Amino acid sequence: MDLHFGDSKPTDEERAAVDSLLGPATSAWEGAEDRSDADLRWARGGREARERRDLLLPGLHAINDRVGWISEGALAYLCRRLTVPPAEAYGVATFYAMFAVKPRPAKVLHVCTDLACAGNGSAKLCADLEERIGAAGSAADGVVWQPSPCLGLCERAPAALVLQAGTPSDTVPAQRDPRLRDVLTPGPARLPDTAGDTDETVGGDTGGAGVTPIRADLASNGAVVTPLRAHANGSSAEPAPRRQAFAVIGPATVDTLVEAATAPEDAPEEPSAAMAVPQAGQDGLMLLQRIGVVDPYSIDDYRAHGGYHALRTAFDIGPAGVIREVTDSGLLGRGGAAFPTGRKWQATASQPDRPHYLVCNADESEPGTFKDRVIMEGDPFALIEAMTIAGYATGAHVGYLYLRGEYPRALHRLENALTQARLRGFLGDDVLGQGYAFDIEIRRGAGAYICGEETALFNSIEGFRGEPRSKPPFPVEKGLFGKPTAANNVETLINVLPILTMGAEAYAAIGTGNSTGPKLFCVSGSVERPGIYELPFGATLGDLLDLAGTPTEIRAILLGGAAGGFVRPDERDIPLTFEGTRAAGTTLGSGVILVMDDTVGLPRTLLRIAEFFRDESCGQCVPCRVGTVRQEEALHRIKDRTGAEASDDVALLREVGQTMRDASICGLGQTAWNAVESAIDRLGAFK
Amino acid sequence: MTVIPLQLPRRLLEFTLDGEPVRVPEGSTILDACRAAGKDIPTLCEGDTLTPKNACRVCVVEVEGARTLAPACSRRAEAGMEVKTDSERARTSRKVVLELLASSTDLSTTPRVAEWIKEYEAKPDRFGPDAARVNETPKIDNDLYVRDLDKCILCYKCVDACGEQWQNTFAISVAGRGFDARISTEHAVALPESACVYCGNCIEVCPTGALSFKSEFDMREAGTWNEEAQTETTTICAYCGVGCNLTLHVQDNEIVKVTSPHDNPVTHGNLCIKGRFGYQHAQQH
Repeated sequence: MDLHFGDSKPTDEERAAVDSLLGPATSAWEGAEDRSDADLRWARGGREARERRDLLLPGLHAINDRVGWISEGALAYLCRRLTVPPAEAYGVATFYAMFAVKPRPAKVLHVCTDLACAGNGSAKLCADLEERIGAAGSAADGVVWQPSPCLGLCERAPAALVLQAGTPSDTVPAQRDPRLRDVLTPGPARLPDTAGDTDETVGGDTGGAGVTPIRADLASNGAVVTPLRAHANGSSAEPAPRRQAFAVIGPATVDTLVEAATAPEDAPEEPSAAMAVPQAGQDGLMLLQRIGVVDPYSIDDYRAHGGYHALRTAFDIGPAGVIREVTDSGLLGRGGAAFPTGRKWQATASQPDRPHYLVCNADESEPGTFKDRVIMEGDPFALIEAMTIAGYATGAHVGYLYLRGEYPRALHRLENALTQARLRGFLGDDVLGQGYAFDIEIRRGAGAYICGEETALFNSIEGFRGEPRSKPPFPVEKGLFGKPTAANNVETLINVLPILTMGAEAYAAIGTGNSTGPKLFCVSGSVERPGIYELPFGATLGDLLDLAGTPTEIRAILLGGAAGGFVRPDERDIPLTFEGTRAAGTTLGSGVILVMDDTVGLPRTLLRIAEFFRDESCGQCVPCRVGTVRQEEALHRIKDRTGAEASDDVALLREVGQTMRDASICGLGQTAWNAVESAIDRLGAFK
Repeated sequence: MTVIPLQLPRRLLEFTLDGEPVRVPEGSTILDACRAAGKDIPTLCEGDTLTPKNACRVCVVEVEGARTLAPACSRRAEAGMEVKTDSERARTSRKVVLELLASSTDLSTTPRVAEWIKEYEAKPDRFGPDAARVNETPKIDNDLYVRDLDKCILCYKCVDACGEQWQNTFAISVAGRGFDARISTEHAVALPESACVYCGNCIEVCPTGALSFKSEFDMREAGTWNEEAQTETTTICAYCGVGCNLTLHVQDNEIVKVTSPHDNPVTHGNLCIKGRFGYQHAQQH
């Protein structure tokens, strides 16, 4: 490999951003400015240099977070550091919606225009914004705004997210990668090397010595208020540099949006995660029991509320015992595919190839889905514990938590949770003194729905474009880095805790024969109490709608998100189970229940779904790349037509849809026509 | 001369292909089995010198019991499998895939595609006059070859040939996403500023003519390109001692293009800039 990096040089800021992740360049071979005698004598390169490819995405984030966009010089420097061909890195950078390779302001306002927000006035919001700060995509006053796919804030629709690039927080150790250990930022978050036996160094609460007091350092919205370290090149006399910050606004008005976009640091505090759980604090909840009850920043509070009982049980019964319990519980994957979790773990654990990996899929991007966000924000330690158990059962020593890039608050809380768990010996070389080593790395996505597909997610972590791989081989055999991998959704993992604490038998007694346990539902749209609901499997659609409170005039209900299907308001008897929805010819998907009245109109909603798939198709295979475009064009043509006037295009949609379903590589293309088909067949759209 | 490499004998496995039992060596793809049985399946992104990317989906076949269709080029045959290559479902998908491609890209120089469009009764016009197209103009930024991305179907073959599968130069990649994805250098710089070494191995594998010799591109523009009037002579490159086979495509006593036989054990179809483009000294002027 003879790489060609061009002549563009990084600015000091860009270099500092990359160095904050990778440490300073130690040789001219990887981008140091001065060439030393040793550089002339010994080349750097080869396999060892190339094996850091998986740091490409974190590197792109580091640049984008600091500068707001990725210049030629910055990309070339990052490529030099990681021995990655610039053309490939450019292909990766342009794959993600949150990165820009053209200059743009440091503040980017993402305004959700997806289904739930569209039903709550996002169109008007966008029109007002256009008047106040200009057209989408055009920069004005240091801000650029853009319409966004679902931000996972559906209970607070219409919602928006402001991200401000700037110098980062000193308090959060971004990585736990051994290759990066030496370069962790010095500061209060610096981990002691003896992460296993720190009980004596840590006080009883989050403020103990050595524990990251993240919360103290963060304003309500993540703006950092600690003093800045001197800049790498000593230019500390400059005016106060811009800080990284974010603001989540919902429900948004144009005034709050403009305000937040002007000064994200000063935006009002985001409501507690418990606000998204109407049942919060009720008895009998299993998955949501701690949301709004525990302090999400405190591992002690988590333990006081039953935390880490399940992990101790796991160590008591051993990995095979855990797999047996999970298999006997009948737990099916909650990410949408409903694969038996026990079988997946068993298949991974029994692979002779080493190492094994555990991946938690927290790239929650299905329009209408926000359950994983609420769990990660409200009960982050539960996910850490569940991942530890899953890693233990499958023989993995490293777990990757792939978190969608649009969830900054969940990121902060999870990072804090990881730091605390390490300090207390719940993660590290010797978890709870049981001789089992396990640690978790968070990897942030950067705006790509397709990365929720597990093999695309692997490619994304590995530093390649997030394009799905063909199966077989399946991840349990060849997954992340080509090794046996168990990939599970957040909600699936969380279910393992009650399985171990109450036993498989008691767990399996909940729900129906084939769908056991509790299920989370993301209810949004025109309901009185939108939010996450936990119900045992077996409840009907009507039961859930009664809980959430529906108006009398409902046009349709979307089950399972954009990749799911519509049902009629009179189909309240559909049991919300995997087999019940299948028997009714629809799907449970990720548990989305989106209630629509006539505000937006069905053709417009279908068009939004089609736009979503067109935008989010990775472009790898023809049926999906071109098919999603043709689907959108046809829906555009017939948005005001019915009957004979629409019948030709409906026939065209059917044929293209069938081809996408049959011939696409992955689930995105295969389901891109589901919702439209169900609207035509079930709701009688375009009749 | 074709060299048959010695290897361990492979076990045969039996499966059903369009109702007939067939036996193929273990590890064969469904496409291998189809070809051995004399069946013609359209392919675009499959290449004899590359690992299939299975991106074009024009070779899909129906495997009994599978939820979706399978790409024949990369799905390995399994014992007991029942495969239908000509079912209604497979034919419909192939037809629509051809329509989707032909309605968005210029397939005028793609070998055999006109024949397939006729065979599958594909109607690329059905998406209407406003159907979005790739809409690219040819990139002519060097004297050796032209990138006409309007003809590109994103089969990834050039990326694979430039990158890890052959040349290890990594000058190009897919950039952007979805319908806006394009084969590109970093920041879309011109080829002379990129890592390109002009080996032309991307041209060798391009299935649509999106990548072509400047000489071929110019002659096509001028209307003088005439494959029927061309002769092909395979010789050995004289530049160095490796002994690469060159196939010289000659029209009107001028070399208009250089390829290399894909089954040649030295080149596998690959050359370097000298073998591929360094033929001017042979021309008589």
